[in-house]
Amino acid sequence: MSTTTMRYREAIRSAIDEEMVRDKNVFLMGEEVGHYQGAYKVSEGLLEKFGENRVIDTPIAECGFAGIGIGAAMTGLRPVIEFMTWNFSAVAFDQILNNAAKMRQMSGGQFNVPIVFRGPNASARQVGSQHSHAMEHFYAHIPGLKVVAPATPADAKGLLKTAIRDNNPVIFLESETLYTFKGEVPDEPDYTVPFGKGRVAREGKDCTIISWSRLLQVSLQAAETLAADGIDVEVIDLRSLRPLDEDLLIASIEKTHRAVVAYEGWPYGGVGAEIVDRLQRLAFDELDAPVLRVCNLDVPMPYNAALEQQVIPQANRIIDAVRQVSYRQ
Amino acid sequence: MKRREEGLEFFRQLLLIRRFEEESARAYSMGKIGGFLHLYIGQEAIAVGACAAIQKDDYAVTTYRDHGLALARGMPPGVAMAELYGKQTGCSQGLGGSMHFFHSETNMLGGHGIVGGHRPLAAGVAFASKYQGYPHVTLAFYGEGASSIGASHEAMSLAALWKLPIVFICENNQYAMGTPLKRHLSITDISLKADAYGMAKDRFVADDVFTVRDRIQAAVDRARSGEGPTLIEIRTYRFRGHSMSDPAKYRTKSELDAEKQRDALTRLEKQLLEDDGTKDQVAAIRETVEAEIAEAIQFAESSPEPGLELLEATTYDGDFAR
Ligand SMILES: Cc1ncc(C[n+]2csc(CCOP(=O)(O)OP(=O)(O)O)c2C)c(N)n1
Repeated sequence: MSTTTMRYREAIRSAIDEEMVRDKNVFLMGEEVGHYQGAYKVSEGLLEKFGENRVIDTPIAECGFAGIGIGAAMTGLRPVIEFMTWNFSAVAFDQILNNAAKMRQMSGGQFNVPIVFRGPNASARQVGSQHSHAMEHFYAHIPGLKVVAPATPADAKGLLKTAIRDNNPVIFLESETLYTFKGEVPDEPDYTVPFGKGRVAREGKDCTIISWSRLLQVSLQAAETLAADGIDVEVIDLRSLRPLDEDLLIASIEKTHRAVVAYEGWPYGGVGAEIVDRLQRLAFDELDAPVLRVCNLDVPMPYNAALEQQVIPQANRIIDAVRQVSYRQ
Repeated sequence: MKRREEGLEFFRQLLLIRRFEEESARAYSMGKIGGFLHLYIGQEAIAVGACAAIQKDDYAVTTYRDHGLALARGMPPGVAMAELYGKQTGCSQGLGGSMHFFHSETNMLGGHGIVGGHRPLAAGVAFASKYQGYPHVTLAFYGEGASSIGASHEAMSLAALWKLPIVFICENNQYAMGTPLKRHLSITDISLKADAYGMAKDRFVADDVFTVRDRIQAAVDRARSGEGPTLIEIRTYRFRGHSMSDPAKYRTKSELDAEKQRDALTRLEKQLLEDDGTKDQVAAIRETVEAEIAEAIQFAESSPEPGLELLEATTYDGDFAR
C-alpha cells in the first residue's frame, strides 16, 4: 500500500477535498474558511478549487450557521461545518443538542441529519480559560451524535471521510497542536477508517494506557520512559469516542490487567469516567488494580505557562499513574 | 366564482383546525394526551392563508404550536391526533408528541420546542434549496416571544446576507406565555426588525384568510424570484391559554371578547352564509369536518402504541453508536 507523508492539517484538507469532488452536496462552511484560507489553514486552496458556493465564509454566528447546516442536512445536503475552535460551539450547543442530535428520533425516523461539525479542540498553548476546552465530554454524552478524535494524519483523513459519508451528525475533534504533526497517509482513493474501532498504537503486556487525540502522543512518550524502567506498556488510540471500541479495551485488559486513561478534560464525569465504568463492568475479574485517570486538574485553564502545563496531563503524571497501578512506585 | 370556492375551502380548513384543537383539549382533560398541549385556536387564519400561498414542494417549519400548520399543510387529521395520543401511527410515530409534528410527505419540518432555535434551521432548509438550484421557498413561523433570543437574530442576519428563499412569519398573538409584548420588547412594531437586516417587511392583522394568503404570497414570490427573505408580522390572538395548564388570568375577559370579534372563522362563516352562492354548503362542510374529526379520534384510539424497539432504531441511522 503506497503512502504519502502529510501533516495532520493536510490530511484533513485532502479528506474534505476528495469528498467535495465525490459528492456535490458536500460543502464547507465556517468563519474564515474561504478567503482567509482557514484560521489554521486547514482549508487552504479549497475556495479557489470549489468556489464561493461551496466554500462559504460566514459571519461570527455559530448558532446561526450550525443551525443552517442542520436544516440543509435535513433537506439533502452534507455540510461540513467548521468551528474556528470547538470552544465556540458552546454558543451553538442548543443547535447540536436539540436539533442535530434529536431530529431523527423526534421525527419518528423521518429526518436524518448528515452533518459534520469539525475544528480544533482542547488546549492550545497559553490561550487561557475560555479557549482551552476539551468538548468531547459534553458531546459524547448525547445519544444521536457520533464523536471521533483522530491522533494521526492517517486517521484524520480516514475518519473524516467516514464522517462526511455518515448519515448521522458527527463531532470531529482536531487539535491545534497536532496540525503540523506528520505521518504516512494511504494513497488509496477510497481510504476510510471505520467508526468504533480503536487501534493498538504500541503493543505491551504490563499495563494499558487508553488515550486519544493529542494525549496519545504524550502517552507514547510516557511508554518509552516506562520501557526503559522495565514496564512494558500497551497504548491504545481510541480514535472513536462514541461509538467506543469495548472489544479492543477488554482484549487489552485481558492481557495487561491494568489500565490508565489519559486525556484532556476535567475529572468530574466525562469520557474517561465512562471508560472506567465500562472496564469495571465488563472486565472486573481481569483487573489487578483500580483503573486510574490522568486528566486536567479540576480548575479552569490558567494562562501562566508553567501552571498551564501542570493543569494539562504530562508524561510524568501518566508515568506515575502507570507505576501506581503496577504497584511499582 | 373562484373566490367562492376558495372561501369554502378556507372555511373547511379553519373549521377543521378549530374542531381538531377543541377535541384535543377534550382528550387532554380526559388524560388521553400527555405533556404540553399548545392550542392554535384563534390563530388558524395564518396557517391556512400561508399554506394557500405556497406550493407542494415548499417547506414549512414552526414552533411547538404546530397542529394547525400541519393540518393546513395536508397532514391527515388521524395521523395528527394519533401523534397527540403517542401512537405509532402518529406523524412522528408517537415519539415527537404535540410539540414535534414532522411529516416528510407534506414537507412539514417540525414542530420545535426551543423558542427561536428552529429559525436558523429553517434558514438552512432555504439554504439547501438555493444551493441545489431548486425553486422552493421555506416558511418559518415563530411567536413574537422569540424576538429577543439570539437564534432569531442570527437566522435573520444570515438569511438576509445570503438572500435565502425564506419568509419569516411572526405570529404576534400578543402574549409570550403570560408576558404581553410591551413588557418584553422595546418596540411594538416587530416588523421593524427587518430594517436592521435590509430585509423586506410587511405587517397586518389576521382576521381574513384571503388577506393573509395574498400578503404572504407577495413575500413568497419575492423569495422565489431570488430577492431574498421577508419578515412578516401578523397580529393575531390565541383564544385559549398558552398551553392547557394556563388559565390565562393575565388578560381580561373584555379583551378576549373584543379579540373574538376579529375571529377569521366566525367572520368567514358569516360571509358564506350571507352569500346565496355559498350559504347552502356551510352545513355540509360542518358535517364533513365533524365526521373527519370523529374518524381521527377513532383512528388514534384504536392505533397501537410504539414499542421499545423503535427507540434505538430512530436515534441513529444504521448501527447504534454506544
Ligand atoms: C429558549 C426557551 N426558553 C423558554 C421556553 C419556555 N417557553 C415555551 S413557549 C414560551 C413563550 C413563547 O411565546 P411566543 O414566542 O410568543 O409564542 P406563542 O407561545 O405565543 O405561540 C416560553 C417562555 C422555551 N421553550 N425555550
